[in-house]
Amino acid sequence: MNSQVLDVNSVDYLEYKGKHKGILAWILSTDHKRIGILYLVSLTTFFVVGVLLGFLMRFEMLSQGKTIVDAQTYNALFTLHGIIMIFLVIIPGIPAVFGNFFLPIQIGAKDVAFPRLNLLSWWLYLIGAIFALSSLFLSGGPIDTGWTFYIPYSSRYTSTNVILPLLGAFILGFSSILTGLNFVTTVHRLRAPGMTFFKMPLFVWAIYSTAWIQVVATPVVGITIILVMLERLFYVGIFDPTLGGDPILFQHLFWIYSHPAVYIMILPAMGVVSEIIPTFARRTIFGYKAIAFSSLSIAIIGYLVWGHHMFTSGMSDTSRWIFSFLTFIVAIPSGVKVFNWVATLYKGSIDLGTPLIYVLAFIFLFSIGGLTGLVLGSIATDIHVHDTYFVPGHFHYVMFGGTIFIFFAAIHYWFPKMFGKMYNEKWAKIAVGIMFVGFNMLYFPMFILGYMGMPRRYYDYLPEYAGLHILSTIGSWVLIAGLTIMIINLIKAVRGPKNAPMNPWGGLTLEWQVPSPPPLENFREIPEIKHGPYDYHYYEEEKVEYEHSK
Amino acid sequence: MSTASELQNTEHLTGGHAHIHRDDVGAKLGMWLFLFTEVLLFGGMFLLYMAYRLEYTFEFQISAKELDMALGTVNTLILLTSSLTMALSIAAIQRNKKTLSLIFIIATISLALAFLVNKYFEWSAKFHHGIYPGATELAEKSNGEIIFFGLYYAMTGLHGLHVLIGIVVLLFMLVFVARNKITADNYMKLENSGLYWHLVDLIWIFLFPLFYLLH
Amino acid sequence: MATDKNEHEKSHLIGYGTYVLSWLALLSLAILTVAVAGLDLGNFTLFTALLIAAIKSALVIMIFMHIKYDEPIFKVFLAIALLVLVIVFVLMGFDVFYR
Repeated sequence: MNSQVLDVNSVDYLEYKGKHKGILAWILSTDHKRIGILYLVSLTTFFVVGVLLGFLMRFEMLSQGKTIVDAQTYNALFTLHGIIMIFLVIIPGIPAVFGNFFLPIQIGAKDVAFPRLNLLSWWLYLIGAIFALSSLFLSGGPIDTGWTFYIPYSSRYTSTNVILPLLGAFILGFSSILTGLNFVTTVHRLRAPGMTFFKMPLFVWAIYSTAWIQVVATPVVGITIILVMLERLFYVGIFDPTLGGDPILFQHLFWIYSHPAVYIMILPAMGVVSEIIPTFARRTIFGYKAIAFSSLSIAIIGYLVWGHHMFTSGMSDTSRWIFSFLTFIVAIPSGVKVFNWVATLYKGSIDLGTPLIYVLAFIFLFSIGGLTGLVLGSIATDIHVHDTYFVPGHFHYVMFGGTIFIFFAAIHYWFPKMFGKMYNEKWAKIAVGIMFVGFNMLYFPMFILGYMGMPRRYYDYLPEYAGLHILSTIGSWVLIAGLTIMIINLIKAVRGPKNAPMNPWGGLTLEWQVPSPPPLENFREIPEIKHGPYDYHYYEEEKVEYEHSK
Repeated sequence: MSTASELQNTEHLTGGHAHIHRDDVGAKLGMWLFLFTEVLLFGGMFLLYMAYRLEYTFEFQISAKELDMALGTVNTLILLTSSLTMALSIAAIQRNKKTLSLIFIIATISLALAFLVNKYFEWSAKFHHGIYPGATELAEKSNGEIIFFGLYYAMTGLHGLHVLIGIVVLLFMLVFVARNKITADNYMKLENSGLYWHLVDLIWIFLFPLFYLLH
Repeated sequence: MATDKNEHEKSHLIGYGTYVLSWLALLSLAILTVAVAGLDLGNFTLFTALLIAAIKSALVIMIFMHIKYDEPIFKVFLAIALLVLVIVFVLMGFDVFYR
């Protein structure tokens, strides 16, 4: 079986010469792997910008009063930080980069169902990003509404550039929809022979569930954004109270998308975790079907809980307790996943590689994020901490400690496959250690600050909050130091020699059975799938010597 | 979930050596997924309609009287008929009757244009009476009426935009059929355009009673 | 491959007659809904209007968009989308109806 796929003559996707040359060979390529890399590069760029904005915000909070920026600039900073990190980094994040690169390979396909549409998605992503950031450079000044664009401030009162970022968010939504549509169709139509739904890797399950949310949730925010634009530009009465509208309805429509979007962000990360753990524990995943179904049920339940963002908005008491109740249900499938991961590690022969260290950090941080989420999900406690630092603390633990840490885990896990090169393990581990310390220093004080009553989105604070704010700011420097080490380490590896074996970690899913980097069409012959994705028993019996490749 | 026949299909599809393959069922699945996004897009506006109609029941009834029910009814009949001609054009190409298919596509486009012309007259009459967003006459009305017309313009406007896009798409299809790019063996493009067109009709089926028939 | 597919499709070609009949049904329903709108049915006015619209859309989806003749997966997809729509309306209803 290995002899078929180890074909040295096939051109790898990085070296393939198509009809276009230079950069055009990338930005006009319909190869899912190249598109994945395109997303990786553009997304990392935006991530760095977002980090810098976050750094400035934290620096402002180093001392009371004005430290480096005034209040209006601070408003623009947190708005742009939010827009960039949410719409440009975390939402496309894992599906666009690793979903694009690995979903077709993991199901034994040569590409996604609609390759040209896939390229269009990336272009839309880029165009949307330009619109979203353009308000920085235009008269009127950068948008200051917060990434949530709440009405009536966004439609009537702010004089900053609101229209272009809104249009950008709409285009980004369209890009996200097309990606989702592509993945759902790919999973249904292009699985290799024998690859039944229950033989698919769990990463595919997660991306598939996510893709459904992308398709059925994103349009709602699309229309909401269009309506806000109509209202602001043409005074069409929709949400604005002076035109008879109800701003709470805006919040409903916004969160009907933006809450499921939270699961667009976290589900793929959970999928990556379900790949890394069995590989590094050398064990069949515990409770395969339970994890697969928990992905689906998170996707569904995630749709039912948007109201928990609105407990203090003035919506009806009935819906407040219903949404609060439903919110607690999400804990069940999330718990199922965590327990299954831990059970997989139990009695495994664990190899503490960098990806697994990231995963362990994730489990720790995400658990804190999840538990503080319960505080916010119950009405009584939410009213106390709503709109305080508790909330940014919570969602940074979930989004950064959850999704972005796993994004890094995924880079370190699949890097050898994507580039055919190995990175320095020692420095990678040092980086994750520093980041973990910096992360907790940066965000844990926010819970305490929030509990003490420090409101979010303020550029100033009372003297009693000074100590924790300074601690948090120093944490941000530590975190950035760790990030820098990680990025430099990876860039050095990209420039280094091609030295990665086919299967450095001993993974069993299909991407580890093609060369590193994969050839242009992934497989010379479409494989036939006879066993589950993590059947280490099967491999030991058949004596497939994956260790050889090490 | 995956049946034996589906697996055979996929084997067929990925077994070939061509990088770009043809998968009619896949194309249709993709189109349906896209239609769902359209449904949810309009769904968001129908949600607002529900909320506001509950809040402003009386004002909605008063404002609806200002809409031209006869014109709305005519437009309903036009769109339903265009859906028929659209379906017939696909039925014709399936039976390899190119000319007939072309005639039906042209009929569909003409009906769509007729719909837009009616819409134009309807809107300009409203504008003439000072009922349009930002107008002082409208601003003097009650909140419920402002919202009714806000939703009216947003929803019928976005629907009209979809009709316009439909016309452009069908013009392309007309060229494809004429140049034998769409044939009895390969008509998925026309089929998918048809699906889109029926969706536009579907949305109007709900818009019509909710705006024009509130008496 | 293409021929396979087409034999598959041709096995349930829909006749012109079916389309024309559905169209006639749609036209009658459209006229019915206008006629009924003239009557004062109180709270049932909205209900009847929506019921007729639902019947009309079912006709369009089943016949014109030939979901009736498509593979089961299309029906599953459609069910998912409609379920989402229903969920959103019900949950938002808990706010607007109980405020």
